[in-house]
Amino acid sequence: MGLANTHIQSGASTEQTDGNIITTTIDKVVNWGRKNSLWPMPFGTACCAIEMMATLASKFDLSRFGSEAIRFSPRQSDLLIVSGRISIKMMPVLKRIYDQMPDPKWVISMGACASCGGVFDTYTLIQGVDQFLPVDVYIPGCPPRPEDLIDAVMQVQRQIQKGELPKGSEVAYNE
Amino acid sequence: MQGKMERTTGEKMVLNFGPQHPATHGTLRIVLELDGESILKATPHAGYLHTGFEKLGEHLDYNQYIVVTDRMNYLSPLSNNFGYVLAVEQLLGIEVPKRCQYIRILMAELSRLADHLLWLGTAALDLGAFSVFLYSFREREKLYSIFEKTTGARLTTSYTRVGGVFRDLYDGFETDARDFITNFPKALKETHTLLTRNRIWMDRTKGVGAISPEDAINYGLTGPCLRATGVAHDIRKAEPYSSYDEMKFDVPVGTNGDAYDRYLVRMEEMIQSCGIVGQALDNLPDGPFSVEDNKIMMPDKSDAYGHIEGLIHHFKIVMDGHGVQPPTGDHYCATESPNGELGFYIVSDGSGTAYRIRIRPPSFFHFQALPHMLEGGMVSDTVAVLGSLNVIAGELDR
Amino acid sequence: MSEEKEVTEETQPIVLEKLREKFADALLADAETSNGVAVVVNKDNSYALLEYLKTELAYAFLVDVTAVDNSNLESELMQYDYARFMVVYHLYTFEGETPRIRVKVPVHEKDLKVTSVTTLWKGANWLERETHDMFGIDFEGHPDLRRILMPDDFEGHPLRKDYPLRGRGERERFNFEKQNV
Repeated sequence: MGLANTHIQSGASTEQTDGNIITTTIDKVVNWGRKNSLWPMPFGTACCAIEMMATLASKFDLSRFGSEAIRFSPRQSDLLIVSGRISIKMMPVLKRIYDQMPDPKWVISMGACASCGGVFDTYTLIQGVDQFLPVDVYIPGCPPRPEDLIDAVMQVQRQIQKGELPKGSEVAYNE
Repeated sequence: MQGKMERTTGEKMVLNFGPQHPATHGTLRIVLELDGESILKATPHAGYLHTGFEKLGEHLDYNQYIVVTDRMNYLSPLSNNFGYVLAVEQLLGIEVPKRCQYIRILMAELSRLADHLLWLGTAALDLGAFSVFLYSFREREKLYSIFEKTTGARLTTSYTRVGGVFRDLYDGFETDARDFITNFPKALKETHTLLTRNRIWMDRTKGVGAISPEDAINYGLTGPCLRATGVAHDIRKAEPYSSYDEMKFDVPVGTNGDAYDRYLVRMEEMIQSCGIVGQALDNLPDGPFSVEDNKIMMPDKSDAYGHIEGLIHHFKIVMDGHGVQPPTGDHYCATESPNGELGFYIVSDGSGTAYRIRIRPPSFFHFQALPHMLEGGMVSDTVAVLGSLNVIAGELDR
Repeated sequence: MSEEKEVTEETQPIVLEKLREKFADALLADAETSNGVAVVVNKDNSYALLEYLKTELAYAFLVDVTAVDNSNLESELMQYDYARFMVVYHLYTFEGETPRIRVKVPVHEKDLKVTSVTTLWKGANWLERETHDMFGIDFEGHPDLRRILMPDDFEGHPLRKDYPLRGRGERERFNFEKQNV
């Protein structure tokens, strides 16, 4: 058996020997597993949360992309989806939720309001959560369509497969 | 042996429910004081989604503000668009053409369906009935596609303008809408079979979170929550606006004012809304879809590109301080939004921007009355009651 | 409200007549609106008038309580002795010909106290809290006059006309340690 460093791609083995042995690196296996079992923590506050619900529901069905295990507990999730307007009263809550999530963790900023304040340039609204949180993927739109959210989740999955570190990671988790 | 089991310990426990809790839909927070499992005191906290809509109204002109109203009750943006422009039109003293009134009724009733459907899905989901969520979203997606074809957006529709709507219904609208209202009652039956006589659903909602009609009025409850207590008050009937007096529909009422009655009232309202949509389609008049006064409505695009007057009117409407300018004064206008009385109180100083816009959100009152419905109940009822009220943080906190 | 057209005596709603009779000295202005009536009453008699409306004239439903900062509205300022704020109540009745009534109470900046109506309507509780939060009006007799929409440690009243739309830098400065969530 050769010690060729094969890649596992899209969840399917690329090389099979007689004994059904796959050779790869441990990182790749870990990333592959991690990528296909993202547990999102939906921080839905406003209109975008409705579109997020639509994404999870029957027509769009996010579970086709391996991240349907919505967890409302930050302790059990690794993908924070900030969808909606974040006010100055809400920001400490969001920050605390993010801090409670175990590493490695990714953040999607869904919609114009979370990304930059959107049309609400007012005294109470955070003009972009990236001032306080490291955001990995931004989704434009007010609100973004469900396809956009699916795309963003897949974007995160691609980053994970490539072994890129999340923006907010303090330690290189793959070492 | 004691007739009632001694469950209480005499020790108080404080439970912080929300703001990030699946059943609070993101932004509501209730601090519960518990003795064992019974609720001694509930203190709701609002403001986690405060966005400054009212302040923004003092800085945007009348047509720009329509965009903001979309994001108020994001389950049914078209109702908010409708309520707001109606207030401005009444302040201006204009009446829109019959066809426009009918189009608005159509869109308002379809969005009432969309609102109640989402409420149904999430309220059932909170109590563990996941399939209802999928069923109601299946129907909602059909409505979304009608909205998208009409307005260009699924959710943030911004369809109305002061003096009309920004474009006419699309060609296949009647077929799509008729298709929806014929199939929808059948689809709703599925939910009825799943929930209405379901032992678990009834146990969780019957007699839970009840409120008397007197208290409901005292707390300012409106809409399905008030009607569930037996008060047959519907602004569409009491103060008919925009041709609602030409529609025949019933106002469903409950008897006990509990979560189960609120559920039944909403279920029946959906059927009534289907009836209104059918009538509006039958009698949809021809004619212009907005007022033809070009000082209020933008002229047609071809007019703006082809004629100098059209171009001037187009310019004046979008230019600061030359658009819609209601006379000095104030006006309060209420409409029956899916959640209850949605009111806009507008103070005008005669300029193109409102001096003050006050929004009277129905959810604000429902959330306020929550302790009254919760106290003395069990902690698990919190989810059922909160779900049955359909508190929308966007309009609660504005 | 003064800007709305005055109507002739014979078409007056009964509500207005009764109010004029009972609160002759306290009424500063009254008018008929498209869906009811609007009256302006002085601060000392606001509670009495609202109580009268509720108990005697069947205006059982408190629709809304809010305020308007009139500091940029010269006509209103002139008319009501330069009172900066106008507290606005909207009431509704399920019976009668004039369904809606708007009661306005001018409030001076020096003396921001208005009698609370929480004893009449439970629903007034949060409405008054919001008006307090946004305008700084103090409702006397309110059981729990705290901020409601803004955080507890917030300073200022955002809906006053002198408060900038984009705030005073509160959305950039954060002390996450101090915030008690």
